Amino acid sequence: MSVILNIEKLTKSFGGLTAVSNVNIKLEQGELVGLIGPNGAGKTTVFNLLTGVYVPTAGTITLSKEGKNTALQGLKPYKVCMNGVARTFQNIRLFKDLTVLDNVRIAMHKNVKYGLLSGFLHLPSYHREEKKLMEKSIELLKIFKLDDKKDEYAKNLPYGEQRHLEIARALATNPVLLLLDEPAAGMNPAETAKLTELIKWIREKFNLTIILIEHDMSLVMKICERIYVLDYGMVIAKGTPDEIKTNKRVIEAYLGEDVSNA
Amino acid sequence: MEQLLQQVINGISLGSIYALIALGYTMVYGIIKLINFAHCDVYMIGAYVGYFCMTTFRLGFVPSLLIAMVVCTLLGVAIEKIAYKPLRNATRIAVLITAIGVSMFLEYGTMFFVKATSRSYPEMTGIMTERFNFGNVVITMQQVMILVITVVLMILLQFIVRKTRIGKAMRAVSMDRDAAELMGINIDGTISFTFALGSALAGAAGVLVGVYYNSINPLMGVLPGLKAFVAAVFGGIGIIPGAMIGGYFIGMVEVFVSGYGGSLYRDAVVFGILILILIVKPTGLLGKNTGEKV
Amino acid sequence: MKKIFEKQAVRKLIFLALTFIIVQLLIYADIIDAYLQNTLTAICINIILAVSLNLITGFTGQFSLGHAGFMSIGAYTCAIITLRMPTIFGFFLGVFAGAIFAALVGFIVGLPTLRLRGDYLAIATLGMAEIIRIIFINLKITNGAAGLQNIPRFTNWTWLFIFMVGTVLLITNFLKSTHGRACIAIREDEIAADSMGINTTKYKVIAFIIGAFCAGIAGALYASYFYFLKPNIFDFLKSVNVLVIVVLGGLGSVSGSILAAILLEIISTFLQSFSELRMVIYALLLVVIMLFRPQGLMGSKEVTLAVFNRLGGNLKSGMSKLEQRFKSKKGRV
Repeated sequence: MSVILNIEKLTKSFGGLTAVSNVNIKLEQGELVGLIGPNGAGKTTVFNLLTGVYVPTAGTITLSKEGKNTALQGLKPYKVCMNGVARTFQNIRLFKDLTVLDNVRIAMHKNVKYGLLSGFLHLPSYHREEKKLMEKSIELLKIFKLDDKKDEYAKNLPYGEQRHLEIARALATNPVLLLLDEPAAGMNPAETAKLTELIKWIREKFNLTIILIEHDMSLVMKICERIYVLDYGMVIAKGTPDEIKTNKRVIEAYLGEDVSNA
Repeated sequence: MEQLLQQVINGISLGSIYALIALGYTMVYGIIKLINFAHCDVYMIGAYVGYFCMTTFRLGFVPSLLIAMVVCTLLGVAIEKIAYKPLRNATRIAVLITAIGVSMFLEYGTMFFVKATSRSYPEMTGIMTERFNFGNVVITMQQVMILVITVVLMILLQFIVRKTRIGKAMRAVSMDRDAAELMGINIDGTISFTFALGSALAGAAGVLVGVYYNSINPLMGVLPGLKAFVAAVFGGIGIIPGAMIGGYFIGMVEVFVSGYGGSLYRDAVVFGILILILIVKPTGLLGKNTGEKV
Repeated sequence: MKKIFEKQAVRKLIFLALTFIIVQLLIYADIIDAYLQNTLTAICINIILAVSLNLITGFTGQFSLGHAGFMSIGAYTCAIITLRMPTIFGFFLGVFAGAIFAALVGFIVGLPTLRLRGDYLAIATLGMAEIIRIIFINLKITNGAAGLQNIPRFTNWTWLFIFMVGTVLLITNFLKSTHGRACIAIREDEIAADSMGINTTKYKVIAFIIGAFCAGIAGALYASYFYFLKPNIFDFLKSVNVLVIVVLGGLGSVSGSILAAILLEIISTFLQSFSELRMVIYALLLVVIMLFRPQGLMGSKEVTLAVFNRLGGNLKSGMSKLEQRFKSKKGRV
């Protein structure tokens, strides 16, 4: 096993407020790691730093792929995506007024190989590449059982399917590292169970490393091999689900200090 | 040196007018995030109301000024109620286009009634024609009046915004409309009041310009309106002291550029400043940076 | 699948050829007289302007109020070239130089300003157009505020048609490509688009450049038709005029822009003699559309030739029904 992502001393301050401070996270190739913590602990900020939406105040993020190290900190989001990191958003950010198919096709943009000229004139390379693009999109949508809804507007999908489409769209960018921000938010237990299986399955199928932010502990404990716990922007614990369950500081962070004293 | 001093004096007069208009832009932007394109036409209407008060009704300067302010207040509130309020939840682009529409409606509606030709304000009489000479530097009574009226109105505005209940409501709504509503603040009333304040100031500016420059026409608002907006952006849009600083700054720049031989490029320089600020610090001189939450 | 595709292309071609020939015949027959030709020219130029602004504002979501600025660059470039080289070659050179020059300015202006969002961008582009206009007022080569006269006329229905169809096709093709989809994604959600690997700055600038290029063509055609130019033709109002067409047609609908350009030009031809009233009606139209139908006539939908198919289909089924009835009656007899 080799390290795929190495986050060192990652810090982000907004004015006087330090949202993330001195965070170190190391990920092995193929791992599925959970990132948990109380509301406002800085989990989504970590994702935003990882994907280039925010620029870190300090610290490094190194992605290792095929024996090559790339520094991700300070790169623009699209560059981070080109390096193989894809994400979903906590508050679903689909292209609402576009079709399911277009949502996925747009995410495949970076792998489409025809130039502007061909785009203007619809040269043979345009037709060839668009055909390939269509086939790949349908293939991907089939995995999420969305292929028969490909011409539906994204905003008209039921909530659960919107969450699925977000994952499909992230996969369409052909990532090595997938960041899922509360994928089970708002789902009922049956839907969550299904999603659990799906996440496991896509990890195998696409050979992914996954970081998962989630409040649903049943999901986290079931599928994550390791867990990092954030509180007030700092990593307060890391380990296997069993270790985390019994960790004193974690319980304090979630339930307040009084409980542990009692 | 004397020429410089004279330019500064002229710059203060022009800057006062820009500042008065800029305040309306900035307050409205602060509270509903709209560039109220129609604001510059409220100023134009103010100039016309003042004109008719002084010619047709033979009123003096001060009553004309007050009447113009009252009419503009009503106009501003009416525009808000009719055109903008139904679009409270529409996209920003839709509201902005509506604002452009209202602006054109006022300009060409006025043109339809009073024709496109310029009219000249009546000659001032009595105390208003006084001139003060300091060596070669001349200060006219009109310039003094402009400054005095502007300063009085600004102090009044600051008092309303800082010290009164409705001012507190304005500040609350511009910070967070939803939270303000939950705290029991009457949002619609507060927004209307903001339009009223801004429009009253614009009406005053209209009469002052008529008196100072003597010539008015239905499209007179367009260019000063844009420049006042530049002033608001320069100071940091949504920030009241910013608009005042910006107004005087743009007034000075304009007077100095034309005073030192660049009068043909006067307007281009102002727009150049605008683009420069937008690129370097879009939040303006006093603005704070806020990014989009993800 | 492929066959349907080709069939559509053939239909499109026939439709375009018919439009061209019919209008040409009407011009020969003098039914479209010199006065109506002005209207026709204005329609074609407005279609180019509106479709290209729609690419920037409707599809890429970047609110621009400076389209008249780009148009004026194309117009002056073409006028200056054809005044010195009054040949058809000079005209082509003028059109393309104008378009490229406009695109270049679009690039220079777009690169820094397109980082701005929404109304800030609108104001920056407005300022840019004003600066261009003031420069034209002060330059010697453009003859200042008096403008240029006696520009040779090369623009006719043929060239208008070719350039109009050309630019509209180029833009619609672009929109159907992965590059066009990237632009649309920016309109939908810039942060999501960025996170999905789209270089948002690049595509905003590309949309801006294409829009400026086409506006340059429109300006060049304008200069070469109306004989004379002055900077005040290209003021804020001209930009607003184009915006009205785009908004009326629907932000994000190419066919909407085309329909609205035709509709508005016809209305304004009727109101020609009451210029102030025309502007008042324009203004009211803007406000009323925004209040009651903010998505415009077409929303983001497109009218395609399928409309004719459907009409044709209805006709056909109607005919066959009639035929059947006729046959059955015959049978009974």
